[in-house]
Amino acid sequence: MALFQPASKGASGTPAAQPARSGASGYETVRASRDFWTIRRRFESFIVPACATFLVWYFLFVIIAVFAPGFMRLDVFEDVNVGLCFGVLQFASTFAIALAYRRWAQRRLDPLSERLRQRLEAGRY
Amino acid sequence: MPLAVADPQASSQTVGTPALNFAIFAFFVVVTLIIAVSAAGKNKSTTDYYAGGRDFTGWQNGIAIGGDYLSAASFLGIAGIIALAGYDGFLYSIGFLVGWLLVLLLVSEPLRNTGRYTMADVIDLRLRAVPVRAAAAVSTLTVSLFYLIAQMAGAGALVSLLLGISSRAGQDIVVAVVGLLMLFYVMVGGMKGTTWVQIVKASILAAGAAVTTLWVLSRAGFSLPSLLHHAAASSPAGAAVLGPGLEYGVSTVDKFDFISLAVALVFGTAGLPHVLMRLYTVPNAREARRSVVWTIWVVGLFYLCTLVLGFGAMWLVGGKAIKAAPGGGDSAVPLLAYHLGGTLLLGIVAAVAFATILAVVAGLTITASACFAHDVYAGVLRHKEAEPSEEVRVARITAVVIGTVAVIGGIYAKGIDVAFLVGLAFAIAASANLPSILYSLFWPRFTARGALWSIYGGLISSVGLIIFSPVVSGQSSAVGAISTSLITNPHINFAFFPLNNPGIVSIPLAFFLGWLGTVTDRQPADPVRFARMQVRALTGVGAERAGRS
Repeated sequence: MALFQPASKGASGTPAAQPARSGASGYETVRASRDFWTIRRRFESFIVPACATFLVWYFLFVIIAVFAPGFMRLDVFEDVNVGLCFGVLQFASTFAIALAYRRWAQRRLDPLSERLRQRLEAGRY
Repeated sequence: MPLAVADPQASSQTVGTPALNFAIFAFFVVVTLIIAVSAAGKNKSTTDYYAGGRDFTGWQNGIAIGGDYLSAASFLGIAGIIALAGYDGFLYSIGFLVGWLLVLLLVSEPLRNTGRYTMADVIDLRLRAVPVRAAAAVSTLTVSLFYLIAQMAGAGALVSLLLGISSRAGQDIVVAVVGLLMLFYVMVGGMKGTTWVQIVKASILAAGAAVTTLWVLSRAGFSLPSLLHHAAASSPAGAAVLGPGLEYGVSTVDKFDFISLAVALVFGTAGLPHVLMRLYTVPNAREARRSVVWTIWVVGLFYLCTLVLGFGAMWLVGGKAIKAAPGGGDSAVPLLAYHLGGTLLLGIVAAVAFATILAVVAGLTITASACFAHDVYAGVLRHKEAEPSEEVRVARITAVVIGTVAVIGGIYAKGIDVAFLVGLAFAIAASANLPSILYSLFWPRFTARGALWSIYGGLISSVGLIIFSPVVSGQSSAVGAISTSLITNPHINFAFFPLNNPGIVSIPLAFFLGWLGTVTDRQPADPVRFARMQVRALTGVGAERAGRS
């Protein structure tokens, strides 16, 4: 199995014989690299606001449902009330965030991480 | 009245023809057994047995995860709560869905990139400490068993309604047969066979739900407002069923209990071991992400159907008939099916419900047996020196033991509300598993001490608070003489914790303990291990590949 062995670059002997600690220090070099920093920043720039948005949105819904049920019972049209619309919007927002993330990750994240992975596996770090 | 249950004298405690229900169910069992056997292959290596060779595609695995997740609690339980309490059942289903975003955004890809088969693999890669692996295994096994017993208990309750088996011994035998069948899937099929069973089950579940939903809508002239209007008109509570508060809004304690449940549902999904293990059955992180997006579609559309089914049952069957039927709320969908399509549709719905229990139980058993064989036996007892074939053999033996425990537990837990037990399993998963997974993946300072504090702290506080809650003792009941808690004697009361669900206390506590254990640790975290974790998590370097290992 072709695993990433950072120790193999300047080391003598087989990579498998390297002690784990000196072998793993290659990961610190990678982590400090500009390429990896870009990936991390990009990942965080989507994940943090996305998680914050859906958690705030969901708990807002729960708290209104529990402490202001009267507001949820207001009719919007015929027998469809605010609560039902709010609930269906939770479904819609979940679908939307999931699709947006998949699309964003495929276009903005996968190419970068793929390139870095190939370079690491080729031992160029 | 066309419904047998509406007549208290002639009530045979069943609707439809048990023979037909049984025939449809037997047909499903035979088909899935053939699938499990033919898909199984050899199942010699650990990758085959635990991860199905890692060559499922994103959509296949996404549907299979949906199959694992949509238990009888979802299908019958949530629709039943909606049929009896209206809007509050809908609140349940939203929590079950929204939690998937946490799996998608924070857990699925890093987990696939850094682990082999189990959640403990990920924490172990980061911390390299045998006690931590043991702790993660203990919490995985606890959550799996809790969830497993909930499913088996549901199986017992269902048979009385669907197969006309009302004697205690008869129900116990059916629970045991469910256990045996599930063991066969797991032992012969391994993860590959089990996955195909999940895919078949999820597909017929979705088809069954969609057909019944369309049928209900057609009765209401394809108008949701008209369906809601009819449902509210036929309920004694009137328009109140369309808003929140019937089930959870009476007292302040009820309100906080609901918030606690909501916290547990959102944070629990990302800590469910049988969901996490499924992420390893795809070739890479990208497919893991695709699987979860597929799961979100399957689960979300399914819960939208249960909204229509629940209000449809409220309208067409009526709360009184549902409450009078054996199984209470769980019988809402079967009764609705009988009302709409007679014995044939009822038979199909009954078979779908059974298939659901069988498949979820199989998924949980393979997770628990993999956890014991891989984490406890190979990881802790044999210090990772066990042969793969030996590990698989241990996993198979463990599956038998777990199956037996689940059958016995299911027989004793019979009659407890399934959706409610599952809510507790989510609280334990969110408290014991999730903090350590997230800290391992994203917090550079996290140490083994923090992990032990968080896992054991979360596990003990969540289980402990359940023991000292009204679930176990001291719940007053309308009848007076008998408590509705597990301990039915109302004089035994040690419930000092007022909420039924411990999530609102135990989840923040587990996160806090993970932090506290880490910052008070004299041994600092190893920066090299965190660097390795993060580089592997975000790039997929060194991730387990598809095929033989």
